[in-house]
Amino acid sequence: MYESDQILEWLSQVPDPEIPVLTITDLGIVRDVDCSNGVTVSLTPTYSGCPATEAIEASVVAALEDRGVSDVRIKRVLSPAWTTDWITEDGRKKLRVYGIAPPERRDRPVACPRCDSSNTEVVSEFGSTACKASYRCVDCLEPFEYFKCL
Amino acid sequence: MSSKAVSAAYATRLGDNALVLGQRLIELVAASPELEEELANANFSLDYIGQARMFYTYAGECEGAGRTEDDFAFLRPEHEYHNLLLVEQPNGHFGDSTVRAVLFESWYVLLLEALTRCADEGLAAIAERAVKEVRYHLRHSSQWLIRLGDGTEESHVRAQASLDNLWRFTGEMFVADELDGVMLNEFEGPDLAAIETQWRKNVAAIVAEARLELPGDQWMASGGKQGKHTEHFGFLLAEMQYLQRAYPGAEW
Ligand SMILES: [Zn+2]
Repeated sequence: MYESDQILEWLSQVPDPEIPVLTITDLGIVRDVDCSNGVTVSLTPTYSGCPATEAIEASVVAALEDRGVSDVRIKRVLSPAWTTDWITEDGRKKLRVYGIAPPERRDRPVACPRCDSSNTEVVSEFGSTACKASYRCVDCLEPFEYFKCL
Repeated sequence: MSSKAVSAAYATRLGDNALVLGQRLIELVAASPELEEELANANFSLDYIGQARMFYTYAGECEGAGRTEDDFAFLRPEHEYHNLLLVEQPNGHFGDSTVRAVLFESWYVLLLEALTRCADEGLAAIAERAVKEVRYHLRHSSQWLIRLGDGTEESHVRAQASLDNLWRFTGEMFVADELDGVMLNEFEGPDLAAIETQWRKNVAAIVAEARLELPGDQWMASGGKQGKHTEHFGFLLAEMQYLQRAYPGAEW
């Protein structure tokens, strides 16, 4: 029998495959841990077509098995749908340091992760992955990615 | 029809729309007008194929016959696909793909919004996930239509021709068949008449901002929901299903 806090602590070391500075708990996609019958981890996908969904599920199983948990089940939950509001404060800091502007609450300007200026402009609504848009800082000219609000 | 059978049939139909449009957008990879659009289309395609996977998986669960998402996508013949004719239309030039996206997504957003409130919890959950993505797609496609329509003389003329050409595929989005009726009456599902009113308003606003003319009433093509497709669809399926047909059960 495991404590769900212990399981969560282990899960908080599993990196997101696309943005490895973030862990899956920073992203807020671990919705529940149930230890009443084996260990069931409820995960929610960030986007419908997120190609990392299967990879994340496999790394959760592997991370727990490495610690001796044998009976691991993954439950995929769709509702409520994931939102960038679930990215933790810690996760936002890590994103900024990594060079990706974290999602801003509506109407707030996107700040440059390099010089912190809010004088920035959209280059494209789309970036290297579905969750990011391309921006440019007008002051320091840094091109950077912005984690879109969803 | 049992309630499970209704859910399975309806989920399959929505999966078909998403998969077919996703496949069309995949065709634009390495053929987009510029790099940013390349990424946008690839991302849209991923969203649509992801949605198709969720709808098919759910359809398979409701059906209870052991069919997987892959069985739905790769092993059904043309007439078993019940997608709208609009989404199977070829990409054409960028104006054509843009108009197709605006017309379809304006409808799809409203449909998904209505589905989030329906009594089928499985469908409502998928719709809740998907609607956020499609709202974003629509913002993108309508901005492009405005830019093309209100752009150069040539882009204006071509965007208007695309709109005139694809308009005849919009009628069937609002013609409720038996399955739509059951969804509405027994599952508190989408009301296509109400969606039509809202769709007309929304599309008229985008078209006006693009300084284009809304096409007038005309003959409307239909048959997608009954599995009767336009001549383009067989080629799309042939390419998409080739591997599973040539090497049944192949995996990698
Ligand atoms: Zn800067």
